[in-house]
Amino acid sequence: MFRRNKLCLPYVAFLILFVVLPLLVVLYYAFTNGQGQFTMRNFTDFFTNGRTIGTLFYSFVIALITTVCCLLLAYPTAYILARGGFTRSGVWMILLVTPMWINFTLRITAVKEVLSLLQGNLAFHPLFNTILCMVYDFLPFMILPIYNVITKLDDALPEAAADLGAKKIQVFWKVMIPMSMPGIISGVTMVFLPAMTNYVVLDMIYNSTYIMGSLIGSYFSTYDWNNGSMISMILLLIIFGITWITDRLTGEDASDRKGGLAA
Amino acid sequence: MQDHIIELKNITKSYTEDTTAVENISLSIQRGEFVTLLGPSGCGKTTILRMIGGFETPTQGQILLDGKDISTLPPNERPVNTVFQKYALFPYLNIYDNVAFGLKLKKLPREVIHEKVRHALEVVDLEGFEKRRIHTLSGGQQQRIAIARAIVNEPEILLLDEPLGALDYKMRKEMQMELKQMHEELGITFLMVTHDQEEALTMSDKVVVMSNGHIQQIGTPEQIYDEPRNAFVADFIGESNIYNGVVTGERKAAFLGMEFDCVDVFPTGSRIQAVIRPEDVVIQENEAGKLTGTVLSSVFKGTFHEIAIAHDKDEIYAQYHKDIPAGTKVGITILPDSIHLMAFNERANHFEGIMDSDMRIRLVDGSVTMDPLKIFPDAVLRDGSLYDKKGEVLETDGMKVQFYFDPKLAQLSDEPDAGLFQGHITSLIYMGDHYSYVVHSKNDVAYFVYDEYLWNIGDFVSIVVPEEAMRASVVQK
Repeated sequence: MFRRNKLCLPYVAFLILFVVLPLLVVLYYAFTNGQGQFTMRNFTDFFTNGRTIGTLFYSFVIALITTVCCLLLAYPTAYILARGGFTRSGVWMILLVTPMWINFTLRITAVKEVLSLLQGNLAFHPLFNTILCMVYDFLPFMILPIYNVITKLDDALPEAAADLGAKKIQVFWKVMIPMSMPGIISGVTMVFLPAMTNYVVLDMIYNSTYIMGSLIGSYFSTYDWNNGSMISMILLLIIFGITWITDRLTGEDASDRKGGLAA
Repeated sequence: MQDHIIELKNITKSYTEDTTAVENISLSIQRGEFVTLLGPSGCGKTTILRMIGGFETPTQGQILLDGKDISTLPPNERPVNTVFQKYALFPYLNIYDNVAFGLKLKKLPREVIHEKVRHALEVVDLEGFEKRRIHTLSGGQQQRIAIARAIVNEPEILLLDEPLGALDYKMRKEMQMELKQMHEELGITFLMVTHDQEEALTMSDKVVVMSNGHIQQIGTPEQIYDEPRNAFVADFIGESNIYNGVVTGERKAAFLGMEFDCVDVFPTGSRIQAVIRPEDVVIQENEAGKLTGTVLSSVFKGTFHEIAIAHDKDEIYAQYHKDIPAGTKVGITILPDSIHLMAFNERANHFEGIMDSDMRIRLVDGSVTMDPLKIFPDAVLRDGSLYDKKGEVLETDGMKVQFYFDPKLAQLSDEPDAGLFQGHITSLIYMGDHYSYVVHSKNDVAYFVYDEYLWNIGDFVSIVVPEEAMRASVVQK
């Protein structure tokens, strides 16, 4: 007899072939040496090697600055678009999101041209350029979830706060920010984590410093599957940890006011 | 001396040029009263509440609180708190923090806040719920928290915006009683908005009936029910039989084709509308009584049967303790004190207009052409020009006239071009053998039309006015 849940069989097969099996392979390589023997060497190496720790720190800083910049740009934009009384806020939204329809390497190339025109040589400001390109690349991912949450926000809540004696600025901090938290969190997750590994941006604007993505790439390109896999595992654990913490932050009632792209 | 806590003086609120939510409203509320704003949706009652709360500013007029003008004060500076329609509790805070929200903003000491919150939760019967989260509460409990959050600030006035609208029937009944009790215990002035007439009559000291941005009547629940001032109030508050009639003498009026004794006094000859509540229509199955009629239908309503009786062209609705099959002939008696007479709206369908040189009357919604001899009965028409009694040419251009049409002779049409004026039906009242409609044009002029066919509120119609229904006269300067 046909059951509807059989329809998910292709997906299950895909999941096993391309997610579960590769992960097991990565796990295997992470805890073995070149001869296929079990070892913790790769793990201890990661934390004793100044270069890997330095890269982790550098990625973290880039991701953090990118996320903060995105948030500072995206929140006011989303807030004004959602609550500024625009008759055509949808059109504005599309204008902000259309860059996402263009391949991101093309976009970065365009920004690169502008920057080299302004700076003469891109090598003068590697960190600034990296952050700029990252922010440019990830901004829509921050605006969208925040905008979605704010548009769905019940007008009665800020009114209730004002009614209870809150000044405009207090309404913003005590109602608008907590109510848009689900959107902020999905935005942060969608910007912070990719920003840690998106080494293509650095490559393209000639920033030779490694971030986590480029580190893994460098090991794999010299056929060092074991160390590369261990770094991937560690990165995976970090991502897992961050997601878990943000999930806790939204609290147990997150389910009834989940926002952002998930809603 | 009367102690008015809040006074609205000639308040008008328009959103755009041609949408006016409330128009020239004046209302005073006494300290400690339980006042209800009652009306159908879109009548402007919520707008009034929001203006008192500070969420809207009046376009014109003043709101006085304890004699001070607060019209433009932001909500956070008003000693007024609101219970919102869908409660508007903060989902990210627990019960304690929700109730303490206003007190924390006032930076009161912790122990004071603690004590006040405890007391507020006690008032709404939810002690021990402090640590619970909002979404774990039922609708009724959330309602109570919303009330606690408002009253904990000890406002001078508590505004309630359809507070019981989201609750089921039994819960609503229970909360009605509890709110009334709370009002007595707290001694705060309550101003509630509702569209539920039963709720308004049960709970309030004073009811303000509104429609179309205007106050129709202000009074105690008994006054509103027993002595409605016009057909709208009579029809909106409970079921009514309403008939057009005329006063024939001292405490006597004619309607339904015969003369009745009644208790209201009006000058003989004045036009009236008579209201008889269905529960006051006495049915006698043996055909005895003043009137006789044929039963048209009988519908079981729980505690009684609603009987529709045909008497000539009119229909009379009555309540009876048992079923009567359709077609049965019955007698009807109406006692004098169950007949309530209302002054007929004499101003209806009178419009100011200005004549132009082509002898057309220009009105707000367009111009009307009618026989000039009907406007100037003494004049003579010769070669397309008007001459007065002395034989001089009558200059009609710019002359002020009053135009009237008879609602009985006018008709409604769904062809926009068929009639003289176009607009949306805003009110419909059944009058025994016809419906009385009020049509509001886009310029907000109200037209009264009697039509035997049933239209719906909100229908876009045009008003067909035959020439014989029109009258006009020159306004004396």
